[in-house]
Amino acid sequence: MNKPVNSADIHKAIVQEQAAQDRKKLILNGVLLLILLAAPFVIYPVFLMKILCFALFAVAFNLLFGFTGLLSFGHAAFLATGGYTTGYLLSNYSGLSTEMGIIAGTVAATVLGVGFALLSIRRQGIYFAMVTLALAQLVYFFFVQSEFTGGEDGMHGIPRGELLGFIDLANNFNMYYFVLVVFIACYLLVQRIVNSPFGQVLKAIKQNEPRAVSLGYNVDRYKVLAFVISAALAGLAGSMKSVVFQLASLYDAHWHMSGEVILMTLVGGMGTLLGPVVGATFVVNIEYQLSQGALRDWVDPILGVIFVITVLAFRSGIVGEIQKFVKKNLG
Amino acid sequence: MSMIFGVPLAVLSGQLLIGIINGAFYALLSLGLAVIFGLLKIINFAHGAMYMLGAMTTVLMFDYLGVNYWVALLLAPLLVGAFGVAIEYFLLRRIAGQDHIYSLLLTFGVALIISGVLVNWFGVSGLRYSMPEMFRGGVNLGFMFMPYYRAWVIVAALIVCFATWFVIEKTKLGSYLRAGTEDSQLMQGFGINVPLLISLTYGFGVALAAFAGVLAAPIYSVTPVMGSATLITVFAVVVIGGMGSIGGAIITGILMGVIEGLTKTFYPPASSAVIFLVMVLVLMFRPSGLFGKEA
Repeated sequence: MNKPVNSADIHKAIVQEQAAQDRKKLILNGVLLLILLAAPFVIYPVFLMKILCFALFAVAFNLLFGFTGLLSFGHAAFLATGGYTTGYLLSNYSGLSTEMGIIAGTVAATVLGVGFALLSIRRQGIYFAMVTLALAQLVYFFFVQSEFTGGEDGMHGIPRGELLGFIDLANNFNMYYFVLVVFIACYLLVQRIVNSPFGQVLKAIKQNEPRAVSLGYNVDRYKVLAFVISAALAGLAGSMKSVVFQLASLYDAHWHMSGEVILMTLVGGMGTLLGPVVGATFVVNIEYQLSQGALRDWVDPILGVIFVITVLAFRSGIVGEIQKFVKKNLG
Repeated sequence: MSMIFGVPLAVLSGQLLIGIINGAFYALLSLGLAVIFGLLKIINFAHGAMYMLGAMTTVLMFDYLGVNYWVALLLAPLLVGAFGVAIEYFLLRRIAGQDHIYSLLLTFGVALIISGVLVNWFGVSGLRYSMPEMFRGGVNLGFMFMPYYRAWVIVAALIVCFATWFVIEKTKLGSYLRAGTEDSQLMQGFGINVPLLISLTYGFGVALAAFAGVLAAPIYSVTPVMGSATLITVFAVVVIGGMGSIGGAIITGILMGVIEGLTKTFYPPASSAVIFLVMVLVLMFRPSGLFGKEA
């Protein structure tokens, strides 16, 4: 059996294998893209946009939780800051084009993210989760007491306006394709980040932080950067959400929302790229279906049960379990 | 009437009293969190729900079974503690070897279930629990009016805190507990039933929360959602104090209650946020916490 192995052959085999996988991925992504492009003709566009906004929120959260190993329990703060900032600016400055409002909301969330990151990375593990939760509660109090948020009533009638000054976003189809483009751009950005050398360091921090430190990486700087990028994307999701629904409410700032994004990421598959998207789709659909039926008052406990089952029985999430299955049976 | 910094003494001392009482609750709750954290290395996100269960059990036992306050003070922590042991045995134990983040998420899910189910049964408006007869009224201390019940809350909380400290630091059971914190595998090797110890520890920590819930029933509005906001504040208290020492948890809890009370007197709008602001300051200047050993 001792056949001489040529290293060039091995190299060739690896390249072929890689090419075959890339082809498969390309086909899969192409099919997904076609579905997303055609979807608004079949399904109500506002519902789809809701899924896309939450998917972006979960993708942002997963960059921190799934790839860097930092469990933030305060991501609702960024979603709400993005939403409120964009909503306030678009409602009060009619000359402002929609994309500028969204950019401003994202910037506001980014700045807040810098503050959160610098404070929270001073503690590790479980303390990190508690610090982010407490800081988010502080932000919640601020929004409750501020006049401009409308307090318990929320901020209503945010104008969708025009994109770049000439695309009317009041049209649901225009709005949908705009949200889709932003979502895909962000998804590709996160994919690029995760596969970059920077992303490799993040994964190293997740797997073994002391070793990453001993290899000479300034771990805190990487953590802060990952946190800020995650906060910025979460803010962007909130900004777009407020434009889509023309509404920004306290619910987005509540700790409940921070829990929901954790659930989305966990159910879909933390540490996978597609996982949070699948998870967000799943959770938004479940919530919608439940709210229509006899179980409409039982959404919270049912989400809790899903939480418990996911943690106990399939921690890899939907996408993670499918990947495992494919590897075992078809790979 | 005598004034201090432009505030009548009676108002100031009244707010201070409320602050000390809130602080006693923070101390009891963070003590339970610290006990659980010591052996299980997890943060119990269901702690607020257990506190709420203690209060709800007290009200419901009185309404439906006529169980009086003193019996509830004993029975509610026992029931909730047993419930905690069941949660540990049936759920937390199954993921004991996994990353601690999972057990934290598991307790979060449990909290969602408990409070969600109770919201469905009882709504979010407060249930009424009438003050036990012997605690009605109060005594005039000259500079302020001291309701009997509030005095009792402070005394009871301090007794339980001290008893917990005594058991953990001075008794044989406590020495097992502390040894388990250091190296549970070695202790198992010495023939001590560590899984049982873990179950009982979780049950005991949860029972402390329920005890706080019983104390809270006559003075706070009892609702299925009363636990969550309190728990987040207690998390901030825990971050400020660190969970390294039992005494530290108690002192920080009461101190934060007092600071909250003082803020309510001098600048009311900031009173709900002040503990979180203290947490930010502590993170900036003493990141390991006031009594913390680890970062």
